[in-house]
Amino acid sequence: MFRYIASRVLLLIPTFIGISFVAFIFIRLLPGDPIIALAGERGMTPERHQMLMEQFGFNRPIWEQYFSFLWNIFHGDFGTSIASKRAVLADFLSLFPATLELSICAMLFAVIIGIPAGIFAAVKRGSIFDQLSMGIALVGYSMPIFWWGILLIILFAGILHWTPVSGRMDLVYFFKPTTGFMLIDSLISGPKGAFKSAFSHLILPTIVLGTIPLAVIARQTRSAMLEVLGEDYVRTARAKGLAPKRVIGIHALRNAMIPVITTIGLQMGLLMAGAILTETIFSWPGIGKWMIDAIAKRDYVVVQGGLMLVALIVMTVNLIVDLLYAVVNPRIRVK
Amino acid sequence: MKTYKKFLAATALAMLTGGLMAGGASAKNLVFCSEAAPGGFDPALYTGGETLDATGQAVFNKLVEFKLGTSEVEPSLAASWTISDDGLEYTFKLRPGVKFQTTSFFTPTRDMNADDVVFSFERQKEGSKWAKYVDGATYEYFESMDFPKLIKEVKKVDDLTVKISLNKPSAPMLAGLAMDFSSIVSKEYADKLQADGTPQKFNEQPVGTGPFQFVDYQLNTAIRYEANPGYFKGKVKVDNLIFAVTTDAAVRVQKIKAGECNITIYPDPADVAGLKADANLKVIQKPGLNIAYLGYNTTQAPFDKPEVRKALNMAIDKKAIVDAVYLGQGTPAVNPIPPTMWSYDKAIKDDEYNPEAAKKALEKAGVKNLSMKIWAMPVARPYMPNGRRTAELLQSDFAKVGVKVEIVSYDWQEYLKRASDPKHDGAVILGWTGDNGDPDNFLAVLLSCQAVGQANRTAWCNKEFTALIDKAAVTADQAERTKLYEQAQVIFKREAPWATLAHSLVTDVTTKNVTGYVQSAFGVHNFADVDITE
Repeated sequence: MFRYIASRVLLLIPTFIGISFVAFIFIRLLPGDPIIALAGERGMTPERHQMLMEQFGFNRPIWEQYFSFLWNIFHGDFGTSIASKRAVLADFLSLFPATLELSICAMLFAVIIGIPAGIFAAVKRGSIFDQLSMGIALVGYSMPIFWWGILLIILFAGILHWTPVSGRMDLVYFFKPTTGFMLIDSLISGPKGAFKSAFSHLILPTIVLGTIPLAVIARQTRSAMLEVLGEDYVRTARAKGLAPKRVIGIHALRNAMIPVITTIGLQMGLLMAGAILTETIFSWPGIGKWMIDAIAKRDYVVVQGGLMLVALIVMTVNLIVDLLYAVVNPRIRVK
Repeated sequence: MKTYKKFLAATALAMLTGGLMAGGASAKNLVFCSEAAPGGFDPALYTGGETLDATGQAVFNKLVEFKLGTSEVEPSLAASWTISDDGLEYTFKLRPGVKFQTTSFFTPTRDMNADDVVFSFERQKEGSKWAKYVDGATYEYFESMDFPKLIKEVKKVDDLTVKISLNKPSAPMLAGLAMDFSSIVSKEYADKLQADGTPQKFNEQPVGTGPFQFVDYQLNTAIRYEANPGYFKGKVKVDNLIFAVTTDAAVRVQKIKAGECNITIYPDPADVAGLKADANLKVIQKPGLNIAYLGYNTTQAPFDKPEVRKALNMAIDKKAIVDAVYLGQGTPAVNPIPPTMWSYDKAIKDDEYNPEAAKKALEKAGVKNLSMKIWAMPVARPYMPNGRRTAELLQSDFAKVGVKVEIVSYDWQEYLKRASDPKHDGAVILGWTGDNGDPDNFLAVLLSCQAVGQANRTAWCNKEFTALIDKAAVTADQAERTKLYEQAQVIFKREAPWATLAHSLVTDVTTKNVTGYVQSAFGVHNFADVDITE
């Protein structure tokens, strides 16, 4: 087990260096530079442009810039935004909880609806429910997020007035966040009504962000269940006279869940990418919107620092998942 | 399964009730759905309107200010001023008894005085002790208004008198002092932060003399202010001002319709008719201090010939552009400055839209089978709602006179950078919104020889035109300046470095119960006079 853990942790080092290189080089491959973005339509003289490029260190040799970037990261310094002059790490830490809260809610929404729908569709294979739910799942999977978000806003917020339009909380509530997770903070320190407000603000973005994972999970669950239901041990269980609920719920489902859990893990990573659009539509102050703005402004420091921080989190989560696999399935650690 | 059903029921219940506004606070909250998050809270560090609204307009005052809704300069922190006969010395008498805001993070011990004024300008100079108080601090407005070269010295004469000495006379100087980067900040606060070792807070928790005082900023979400009880122009009528950052225009429209904000800006032109039809809303429109243009690269054949540029201008159906792109919310442009600006020359007639005459003029100029590039802006700006659509209309107009157009576009930052390069290929769609209402801010910034390589994207350098602009900039008398700018506009029209396309209407939307909101002439947003009726 120790060898397994050590090999997993050691593997992180080349991964980290590889990602740091990609993060660093990616934004520099785009045309434009962060200095020109400071002046806007007004433009600036080539002399001033040159002076500022020097001041920010962007005309030093590229490898020198890269090593100084790595060096600073190892010292916990992710730099200061060129556009906003704010510390990248501090901004990331204040925005990440919003993205995480939304991603977790979207995933819960997808799992809570997707898995039962998938199971039911598999058990009632060929039924109207099966065809309808899988048809809807296909539509959900192909839904352009921006269009879907605006559509839901117009219907539920604009016409029916059931939900708020955007934001994380009604602005009449004002309290200092403790955890950054609005649902938790509003319970701990929010005034009366704040939790309800936070919850109602989460509904539409959760649906929008959760739609694609929901479709993927439902389809994956259905196909995994269908495969397992045809296995010998399921037939044996049935032949033994076990109740159908027990056969499906225990014998079949547990084995069918392995590919589904993998899918959920992968979808969780993809949620971060999907969150960019959802955050834009719902004025959700998360890291997706923050990164997109930084790319538009060619804010090298924010883009490279932000990407590294996201990568660090994803790598840590992957490590934990790998270790959990080993705990759950002894064959993995023997390999 | 039971738990699952309960969860669904709870979700449905929350969906049904969640939209109902809770709280019922009695304070008067004015919520402004802003278009972007501010960069920071020091108005000298940024050029974006979203930051100027959140700082210079809400928290700070300047020595002189624009009378709301106009480009007329009026006294503010300076009660009066005199200008020496040679135009080189501006002496400002400060208003006595003006207090900086008392907040949870700073309590001033003295009134605003000349030390604050001196500090407010000196700190922006390259090499000053405070210039780099945050990493990457640059002062782009201070630089681009040429203040480092223009200002010789800002000197305290006594506690309530400041003298600004210039290296050369500058007629637009006062307008520059009314801009947000010239906000007067508290030296006492800066000194305190420096002593505490936290100078960066100067850009995070602002302290000014303005109508609203800063309370809190939730990054990229909301800014909260409360009324400044000691505001020297009298306490504002609302208790709290909240900026709700809402970057998507369609969502801003939905928010104001749902009553989630009281004021919003920059709706999509396509939404304006729907907003006007809403009985709960007021749509306020005003000709913007702006221009959209097609700038030819005048160093590139055949666009180096004025007759070719004039001929192409005759081929453009501007009315069709105003109808299709601005959806009627604009006017065709004749001159390089908007009609609301002083010195606008009404006598100048626009090039007639006449494709036949344009064709003949091109033939006469020896131009046959011309192929050219037109650059389509990739972003919507207040002066240009849709660069791509405009380019397509121009393409079709030019096709009618036998000119083949290829439409090109780049990412916005790259677009600006490449367009500034005097060697760029083709004609560029771009525009400008005025910063301070002075014609110099359009004519010198966009068309002078000095601006080639910067905001002069035509590389047009006409000595006669630039000499007139330069002379106007050092002439104090406005009537005299008007004559010079009128002459410059005649030269512009004759030489046609641009096809002037349109001036847009600027649209702001408020709920019915908002009173006293006045649109600024410069695309900033000020809420000092706003009230909410029940």
